[in-house]
Amino acid sequence: MKPRLAVHKFTSCDGCQLAILNMGEELLTLADLVDIVHFAEAGPVEPEAQVDIAIVEGSVSTPDELERIKRVRENSNCLITIGACATTGGIQALRNHQDSSQWVSDIYPQAQFIQSLNTSTAIREHVRVDFELWGCPVNSRQVKAMLRSLLFGVSPIDEKSSLCLECKRQQNPCVVVTKQEPCMGPLTRTGCGALCPHFGKACFACYGPSETVNSHSLVKRYQGFGVSKEDMIRRFNHIQNNAAAYKESVINIARNFDE
Amino acid sequence: MNKRELEIKVPVLARVEGEGSLELLIEGEELREAKLSIFEPPRLFEKFLEGRHYTEVPDLVARICGICPVAYQMSAVHALEGLFDTRISEWIRAMRRVYYCGEWIESHALHIHLLALPDFLGYQSAPEMAKDHPLAVKRGLRIQALGNDLIKLFGGRSVNPVGAEVGGFSGAPTKKEVNTLYSRLDQCIDESAELLEWLLTFSLPESNQDFPGVSLRHEYEYPMNEGRLASSDGLNIPVDAFENHFVERQVPHSTAFQCYRDDKAYLVGPLARCVLNSQHLNKQVKTILDAAKLKLNVGNSYHSLIARAMEILHAASEAKDLLRNYVKPNTTREKIITKAGVAIAATEAPRGTLWHRYEIDADGLVCKARIVPPTSQNQARIEADLRHALTTLGLYRPEEELRFQAEQIIRNYDPCISCATHFLDLRVNRQ
Repeated sequence: MKPRLAVHKFTSCDGCQLAILNMGEELLTLADLVDIVHFAEAGPVEPEAQVDIAIVEGSVSTPDELERIKRVRENSNCLITIGACATTGGIQALRNHQDSSQWVSDIYPQAQFIQSLNTSTAIREHVRVDFELWGCPVNSRQVKAMLRSLLFGVSPIDEKSSLCLECKRQQNPCVVVTKQEPCMGPLTRTGCGALCPHFGKACFACYGPSETVNSHSLVKRYQGFGVSKEDMIRRFNHIQNNAAAYKESVINIARNFDE
Repeated sequence: MNKRELEIKVPVLARVEGEGSLELLIEGEELREAKLSIFEPPRLFEKFLEGRHYTEVPDLVARICGICPVAYQMSAVHALEGLFDTRISEWIRAMRRVYYCGEWIESHALHIHLLALPDFLGYQSAPEMAKDHPLAVKRGLRIQALGNDLIKLFGGRSVNPVGAEVGGFSGAPTKKEVNTLYSRLDQCIDESAELLEWLLTFSLPESNQDFPGVSLRHEYEYPMNEGRLASSDGLNIPVDAFENHFVERQVPHSTAFQCYRDDKAYLVGPLARCVLNSQHLNKQVKTILDAAKLKLNVGNSYHSLIARAMEILHAASEAKDLLRNYVKPNTTREKIITKAGVAIAATEAPRGTLWHRYEIDADGLVCKARIVPPTSQNQARIEADLRHALTTLGLYRPEEELRFQAEQIIRNYDPCISCATHFLDLRVNRQ
């Protein structure tokens, strides 16, 4: 019997599921390799099915999702999160630092109808997660490599080195050295293909923290470029704002920037 | 009267982007209520945009929707450039159209092949359909891939692309990169024409409801990034007058607002665009449509399937024209001089008009943001269409049939529920 796969959506933009839907003909190969039992956006709907592999996109931000993620865990042999939302809470975790009930009532005239938690949190904070794919969004290469590893019965490789290594291999001119841009590449994990520096743009850390985050030294350097404290904080308080290493960096910048 | 009360709750709305449910209240022969609920969790984008620097806006708003990030970026950059009086070069203007063509092709091809066609051909999903129709599905996936690759030329990736900036692009592809893609466009144009001709052989259900279509309209081109807001019943206003005519209302059963124009439900999206801008459609599109003798009707949501295929062919042809004599310019973005004020723009997302409004302070920070996505504009129309279609089908029909019909109607609108709001629970209450 073929391994059974489910793709579950929580609070997200649906973009990481596209890493599967954008595979082209390989999507048909995937459908031959595994039995896709639940993947609402692609067609099959069986959210409570027992599966070998569950892929989870999105963060936990509603009372219903708190319950639903527990059932997904119970029904799955192996649970993989894909993307920033599922792995750190996503960009919408920016609400965690605010009075978000006020935010809800600022947007919705009848806030009482909106079922929403005050926080947006990573799947790992609620249930055991077997493997995490980082990135906003993850790409097809990452998802294929992860699924292939699992089908071979081995652990997927966690790519956590800094983006700089990939950027150097591509021989992109360094935007820090050549343009004095406050690039987040040194603190960001690889996986995207160094897209921003390829266009001459500073990395904005959409893949989250790399294995060693030395924000203290880097922030000092960027301070020398004339980057303001507020600007520096916003660069960490961005898409992966809820990642532990970035949260810590924000606290340190707030405390030590002017010294 | 038959007092049988029946409630079924089945997860239904597969093959849409987002999470939704449909509740029907049927009393005897009458459909008392058809409520499309969108319970996509609110992500509160408009609030966390506050305090961000204008340069961050294109990368932030891209994350509202994984399927149409280009649209969010384009509405944002045009709004901000309007406020800052930025004049963009002809090159930037043209390449933004190529970038947008990529998104229309990708999004429409995904919708037609992975979401809508299984309904028309009687399958649960595209992989299942591919066993009997391998060539058609593979052709669709190739068209979709080409759309994605057009976005990648300027954005590095097709989901949350990174190259769009206020003032232009971060960088530009080399002539060689463009040539590689350009050489694939002829095949894509031929295959898109085959796709349109094939879809035109389908016998689409008849429907003729009376409501207006709304889209941007431009003097000399098919609308994408610029134009005035026009409707099939005579509206013609600049986009910054949007708030005078269009009102969003919250309904208790949904996290998406419902938008009305002068108290009326209306349609945005490819069908409205095609009908309102037919004179600017590519010649080959018109020739194929004329040969099939189909008169597009805003009042028949099934025609949106055809409109999407028309726009794929149009966009592939236009991308080819725009890239024909591609030269990589010395500069890919204009200099920005910020100023405080209100920034407004609308562009045509794959699913319809996407309106943005920002208040910017003297430091270039966002003080307030308001975003009106296409799905919230179509929601009232979807409910009205459902009422009409289910009553016409016959409310006495078994749930399975009602459900299938309802799903198909909803999918005609390609609701991108993640920007407003994925799967639909159907509840039928019979009294």
